[in-house]
Amino acid sequence: MSIQVQNIHKAFGDFIALDNLTLDFPSGELVALLGPSGCGKTTLLRVIAGLEQADSGRVLLDGDDASDTHVRERQVGFVFQHYALFRHMTVFDNVAFGLRMKPRGIRPSESEIKRKVHELLQLVQLDWLADRFPAQLSGGQRQRIALARALAVEPRVLLLDEPFGALDAKVRKELRRWLRRLHDELHITSIFVTHDQEEALEVADRVVLMNHGRVEQIGSPAEVYQQPATPFVYGFLGAANRFEGRSSAGGIAIGKATLTAEQHAQHGEVIAFVRPHELDIVRQEFGHGIPARVSRVLTLGALTRVELEGRDDVAGQHFDVELPASHPLAGSLIAGEPVRLQPRSVRVFANPETAGAA
Amino acid sequence: MTKAPTLPRVLPGFGLSLGFTLTYLSLVVLIPLAAVFIRASSLSLEAFWDAVTAPRVLASYRLSFGMALLAAAINTVFGLLLAWSLVRYRFPGKKLVDALVDLPFALPTAVAGIALTALYAGNGWLGQYLEPLGIKVAFGPLGVLVALVFIGLPFVVRTVQPVLEDLETELEEAATSLGAHRWQTFRHVILPVLQPALMTGFALAFARAVGEYGSVIFIAGNIPMVSEITPLMIISKLEQYDYAGATAIASVMLVASFLLLLAINGLQAWQARRNGRSE
Repeated sequence: MSIQVQNIHKAFGDFIALDNLTLDFPSGELVALLGPSGCGKTTLLRVIAGLEQADSGRVLLDGDDASDTHVRERQVGFVFQHYALFRHMTVFDNVAFGLRMKPRGIRPSESEIKRKVHELLQLVQLDWLADRFPAQLSGGQRQRIALARALAVEPRVLLLDEPFGALDAKVRKELRRWLRRLHDELHITSIFVTHDQEEALEVADRVVLMNHGRVEQIGSPAEVYQQPATPFVYGFLGAANRFEGRSSAGGIAIGKATLTAEQHAQHGEVIAFVRPHELDIVRQEFGHGIPARVSRVLTLGALTRVELEGRDDVAGQHFDVELPASHPLAGSLIAGEPVRLQPRSVRVFANPETAGAA
Repeated sequence: MTKAPTLPRVLPGFGLSLGFTLTYLSLVVLIPLAAVFIRASSLSLEAFWDAVTAPRVLASYRLSFGMALLAAAINTVFGLLLAWSLVRYRFPGKKLVDALVDLPFALPTAVAGIALTALYAGNGWLGQYLEPLGIKVAFGPLGVLVALVFIGLPFVVRTVQPVLEDLETELEEAATSLGAHRWQTFRHVILPVLQPALMTGFALAFARAVGEYGSVIFIAGNIPMVSEITPLMIISKLEQYDYAGATAIASVMLVASFLLLLAINGLQAWQARRNGRSE
């Protein structure tokens, strides 16, 4: 089922959580709402679910205006960050809850409920925990039960609010893969909120990047990562070195140094971003590139991370370079050594602070 | 919990603290209670039985325990409502209302009794409207109930309030998103969580109401067979220097109260087991 939100506006006092937002979620996709905390992603999810009322705008479910439909009737499955399992009920009763609350006329029989609950518990691979209480489960298990509970009422859409946010890194990784597989099986339109860019890129079909209540970019994980539309997106998706300068013939002039960059359409004051693995270190004090000084060399498994401080015109700035551990420089750089930095790939944006446009 | 005496404890001094607890409990609670039974045992079995089953005394048991149970039940319902309003809503004067709840704790019970009597007597502010309707509050069993409801109110509010504050609204949102109506959410999600606190509040309000003397004695009217509470029967025996008779009735009250509280605790433990909270 498709979801559309049109001109949704929501403010909490002076704080604008959603700024006239319009978005389309096509049927059957798994979409990630990604952004820093306070960007409005959870509010948007809650507005779609009907747990929060927008100040203005409409929510369309399958083309029908659902803005005035109560949560109860929207048929959305909602999964909370902290599971919100009913502590006084067994796992079985938790999953059966939605079915048992149905009006007498359409409520399935107890044997039918039993069959359905076990089917769902098998789907989340926790059938053996049916008689346990939530307090006896691990975090990952609880979240899978919460998902089974939401699926029990056969929702038309599945909304997940930071579903893995309360879990430790290892379990989170497992559950991500598991959620992706589950979605491939069920094909239910799903939206999940996350502030973890790795999670969004790994799991989602499509990523919606939000900031300050607005959408910065929508696209497939590869698109948003490789062609970030705004400086915010570039900076948010993965580590980035940031250079401020002025567009010039050979690239970008940063003080007396020049950052060699390919063709770009920007003029005047610009911001250039370079990923840490796309920055080369040249062992010379003078010459081409950005002047810097090695401050620390860290070996992290297969990668060596070099932390550098800017010299001369970029003094006080901090840069990161990532090299494969096998790189000849990885073992030989010493702290305090003056070097030059040359990018292999640069993304250039007009500087919003000096250009005036946001 | 299983005992593991070989394991070193985080905080030492288990023996000392247990010893102190038992000594303290003995001095403050057990020895005075034992004295009641010893005093009562000075009566012959026949005299004891006569003292505790006199018709006036039997009527007073019915009134004391019946009204205490009823008052505790009323307080459980309205105490829950009050606690709910105080936790869930913001309204002007909330702090004041919150403070007012504790007033029955702090107020000397005699003051409460006089105030309630003045209010509900035939010529009182409320009594003058109720009496023509045939509702006689002051100087009758209904007056006893009013007084007991008054003094028992804070117990339920104060036991339920913290539990309500800890109750995540997410649970209600989850229930609603699963299609539950408001009443279903309350009945199946909120009430089971509150139940232990409600029962504790009920037990406390009941215990307090059974032993209440000061506030009841003014408003009850103390009509023999109709509105005499058991503590009054004890006092009247004492006034006639019938110490043994007084302690006989006291011992019956003691045993009955203890059994009732034990039953409530047992019910609570059973509920907890059923809800899987025993682990």
